[in-house]
Amino acid sequence: MNPLVLWFHKLGSPPYFYRFAGRLLPWFWGAALIGLAVGLYGGLVAAPSDYQQSDAFRIIYVHVPSAWMSLFIYAFMAVNGFIALVWRIKLSETLAMASAPIGAAFTFICLASGSIWGKPMWGTWWTWDARLTSELVLLFLYLGVLGLYQAIEDRRQAARAAAFLALIGVVNLPIVHFSVNWWNTLHQGSTIKLFGPSLIDSRMLWPLLVMAIATKFLFAASLLSRARVDLLELEAGKDWVRRIALAEDAA
Amino acid sequence: MSEFLSMGGYGTYVWSAIAIFVVTLAIDAAAPLLKRRRVLRELRGRLRRAQKRSEESA
Repeated sequence: MNPLVLWFHKLGSPPYFYRFAGRLLPWFWGAALIGLAVGLYGGLVAAPSDYQQSDAFRIIYVHVPSAWMSLFIYAFMAVNGFIALVWRIKLSETLAMASAPIGAAFTFICLASGSIWGKPMWGTWWTWDARLTSELVLLFLYLGVLGLYQAIEDRRQAARAAAFLALIGVVNLPIVHFSVNWWNTLHQGSTIKLFGPSLIDSRMLWPLLVMAIATKFLFAASLLSRARVDLLELEAGKDWVRRIALAEDAA
Repeated sequence: MSEFLSMGGYGTYVWSAIAIFVVTLAIDAAAPLLKRRRVLRELRGRLRRAQKRSEESA
């Protein structure tokens, strides 16, 4: 087998993944914290205020990165759920289930900060329009996955059932993304475009991109530390976990 | 400084949105640390009980 495939197989083994993730974690936390500090400084201090929204537009620096993460993490969860269902890889089950609470957290931040932004700009905390409603459905999907995972006794069966639910929910991702084009809505369309020039001044844009990268690192760090603990719990009967438990008792 | 905090009159909105972001993600980061402590403590308890049982039966 070629060395990369071999390494990939090794990574699937819980004790190896546990050590490997442990080595990456401090770097991911560090990158996330530095990125958040730089991004928030850029967004709250360095960027000029908006000509229409004055300083209220600065909510964008937590709202939009969280919205991106809510979709990104769902896709990550669904891909791992798919791998778990098809190839029965234990690590994928763990990663899919560990990403659900993080995704729910970002979706909650997106909804809450959007509501706070809506009050001064639209004159209402909430409206049942397509973008807001589909994002709320996304939060319920995350909570459904978490609830189903907790409701079934056997951990591996629970993970597979929850992964299946996560896969069905993928249908909501394009609805969230395209809702602002498909329906007449209060929510504005995309300002940042992957293809073609963005509709935002570069002094306002760079902190947003820094926040987008920082939240990716934050997700990676939270995911790895959650997956590590979940593996300790799943494999509690195994020798390698026993050694870790006893070593930390002595320390 | 107070001008910075007032955010053009939108201070309450801007700072509460930032606070929700920071607090939610801090809780998210703390959760696995707390769970790790609990999982290892429970496992050590189980190991001690098993050891005691085997000592008693020996």
